[in-house]
Amino acid sequence: MEIYFFYMFAGGMILTSLLMVTRANVIHAALLLVLTFFFLAGVFVLAGAEFLAAVQILLYAGGIMVLYLFSIMLMNVEVAVRMRQWHRQGVVVFVAAVLLGLEIWAVLGEVEFAAPKQWEWSLGATPGNVEALGAVLYTKFLFPFEVASVLLLAAMIGAIVLAKRTIER
Amino acid sequence: MIPMTHFLVLGAILFLIGAAGVLMRRNAIIILLSIELMLNAVNVTFVGFSRHLADMTGQVFGIFVITVAACEAAVGLAILIALNRDRTMVNVDEVNLLKW
Repeated sequence: MEIYFFYMFAGGMILTSLLMVTRANVIHAALLLVLTFFFLAGVFVLAGAEFLAAVQILLYAGGIMVLYLFSIMLMNVEVAVRMRQWHRQGVVVFVAAVLLGLEIWAVLGEVEFAAPKQWEWSLGATPGNVEALGAVLYTKFLFPFEVASVLLLAAMIGAIVLAKRTIER
Repeated sequence: MIPMTHFLVLGAILFLIGAAGVLMRRNAIIILLSIELMLNAVNVTFVGFSRHLADMTGQVFGIFVITVAACEAAVGLAILIALNRDRTMVNVDEVNLLKW
């Protein structure tokens, strides 16, 4: 039962992301990516990462994609649709795709995975996914967590400075 | 129980689609969206390993990847707005001032 839902979500993700990459209109592409993220949240739920699934929808679909859509509103979409959409570098892309595909095939063919370990918790058990994640995030990964907050601050200041109309000297 | 390879193959396919988008498209916003797709493909792999090893570390790194993606989106879109201010430049090959 679980695996059919996985195939459904995975197929939806691949379909919407392929459509996203090929659209000429950037608004359509952004909305298709939102759809991809909803399917991805489904995959996360199937993998037992409920908190990440919620973050995916709240932060990605609700936050980052709205930022993209606002930025698209500031630009001229109509002009961009009529322009040439693709680079003329098919050979480079083909070679890169073949190399990446061979690499992935080699890795997946070689590696033997050990039998999966069983979760200590299951759906509805205590501690749940959020509690377990928070316990790890605020103890073992406290320093990377603080570094991530500094990175967010730097990105915020950088975005404000870059998007400012004029910079006073 | 979903096999581990399913997550890896899904992540690889999504990463390839994103990489193809970055290499083949001219529109800068679509390139940024493709980068988001590649970051999420990595997240699929992280969560798959987290599930397989019954370890929370993969999910913690998923949160860090989302943080970096938010920073990348903010700074990338600010650069795009700065490029769009004086004249309409939505294609990456038009921005060639520093190109050799």
